[in-house]
Amino acid sequence: MHNKTIAQLSAGLAAGEFSSTELTQHFLQRVKDNQDLNAFITVTEPQALAAAQAADARRGAGNADVLTGIPFAHKDIFCTNGIRTSSGSKMLDNFIAPYDATVVEKMAASGIVSLGKLNMDEFAMGSSNETSFYGGVKNPWDTQRVPGGSSGGSAAAVAARLVPGATGTDTGGSIRQPASFCGISGLKPTYGSVSRYGMIAFASSMDQAGPMARTAEDCGLLLQSMAGFDERDSTSSERDVPNYNGELNNSLKGLKIGLPKEYFGEGLSADVAKVVEAAIEEYKKLGAEIVEVSLPNSHLSVPAYYVVAPAECSSNLSRMDGVRFGHRCEDPKNLEDLYRRSRSEGFGDEVKRRIMIGAYVLSAGYYDAYYIKAQQVRHLISEDFKKVFEKVDVIMGPTAPEAAFKTGEKSGDQTSMYLSDIYTIAVNLAGLPGMSIPAGFADSKMPVGLQLIGNYFAEPKLLNAAHQFQQVTDWHNKAPEGFE
Amino acid sequence: MSLKQDEIIKISNLAKLNISDEQMGEYENRLTSILDLAEQMGSIDTTGVEPMSHPLHMTQRLREDVVTEGSQREHFQEHAPSVEKGLFVVPKVIE
Repeated sequence: MHNKTIAQLSAGLAAGEFSSTELTQHFLQRVKDNQDLNAFITVTEPQALAAAQAADARRGAGNADVLTGIPFAHKDIFCTNGIRTSSGSKMLDNFIAPYDATVVEKMAASGIVSLGKLNMDEFAMGSSNETSFYGGVKNPWDTQRVPGGSSGGSAAAVAARLVPGATGTDTGGSIRQPASFCGISGLKPTYGSVSRYGMIAFASSMDQAGPMARTAEDCGLLLQSMAGFDERDSTSSERDVPNYNGELNNSLKGLKIGLPKEYFGEGLSADVAKVVEAAIEEYKKLGAEIVEVSLPNSHLSVPAYYVVAPAECSSNLSRMDGVRFGHRCEDPKNLEDLYRRSRSEGFGDEVKRRIMIGAYVLSAGYYDAYYIKAQQVRHLISEDFKKVFEKVDVIMGPTAPEAAFKTGEKSGDQTSMYLSDIYTIAVNLAGLPGMSIPAGFADSKMPVGLQLIGNYFAEPKLLNAAHQFQQVTDWHNKAPEGFE
Repeated sequence: MSLKQDEIIKISNLAKLNISDEQMGEYENRLTSILDLAEQMGSIDTTGVEPMSHPLHMTQRLREDVVTEGSQREHFQEHAPSVEKGLFVVPKVIE
């Protein structure tokens, strides 16, 4: 059962081949049998079984939706009423969320069955899942390697068939890079498509939730239940939600694909380049037209991001002060001591570094040189994309410069860790939708993802391009050994 | 640009974080390397470029000033570190 996609499981439920309770028990057992991966922070078995029972009753009454009864799990960044919501941090280890995030509420309304909360880099700050307070997640393709991050628990759980789909969030590549490292599909929607309400904030002008699953079609099904205007999110888009899978079967004949020359230069591993080039050949066979394009300021996306994101995080994380919720130090001497020790004990090293950088670039005397400059560079980067999308329908390239690296390999050198998001970050700065789909394997036998970038709100087009590729390739069906 | 110890202390005061003497060297190195990365932005001229704070150039949406939620104080305080008579308790601020 666990090798079926969400679309197939949904058809099986509709045909009465199995019940949601059976499915849920099956996947819960897989979660228990694979605890070594450390993909879950919290497993909510009783709630899952109750939800499965309710889903079966709903199906019996004839009101089932396409996702009703499908087991899945949320990244532990989404607030879940009555259930610990840690964001991967000691700071929130004791935080029982008092309300549901909009995404959680909407998905629950569809009847989907959450098995629990997935591991992640602390406050979504990381590209390897190693900054989690709960320990790193193992990549099911090679347990000596990282699953990517920050949605590493989500990617590993889907790749290991512990769940057929999961939510993730992507501020600088946190859905796409782990999807690439674990050989699954992941979509970061256009900024504003999915509500940020109840999603613990990292960098609010870039944070965006999205689906992670094995196929593009499944990503579309999940996104359909996540997206939509929410008055509780001040930057939520008021546009009508499209039928995300409405263009899946369109032909790609004449589709114009732009290949940014900057994404194929220095820094890209030869084995990853080979996989991406082979994927582009497949697209040619499908009738697409390839155009070389340029994103001349893309080399400045990582520098701009590491000013904008820390600035926003230093502000967002100021609410973690030990007063109203979360970790509080023992016996504070005074209020200042309470703030400082609660924060110093509750945050991990990477989070502290980013808060410090943020406080610095926003401080008097440095604001213009760093923060305003970064916002200007951000504008130039988004203009680069705008020009390219006058000529092409979709941009393609590698998701990450290399396949999954070994645990500990980059933890001492944050700059090289930061560069693992070099091809994904510009998309967040511009607010565009981006996707990663499995496209082959590197020399290390680890999966390699192909990145697809679309124009604003062009998710149906991205899903179409990804789905058509998955009709003629079977990389997305490969399972890591021992998890088939 | 390299960050000096006194600047790190100043930033840690702004950020309400304690940095121990043993950690100081590592903070100097790591924060300096992040700022070095940021300084690559100096390679292009951005004179006259409008700073972009929001990807969709949206303006803030406004709504009617009406009550949308009732009080949930007890519920929200269930997991607070220290509460008394509906108030969050902190160490004495005024003697």
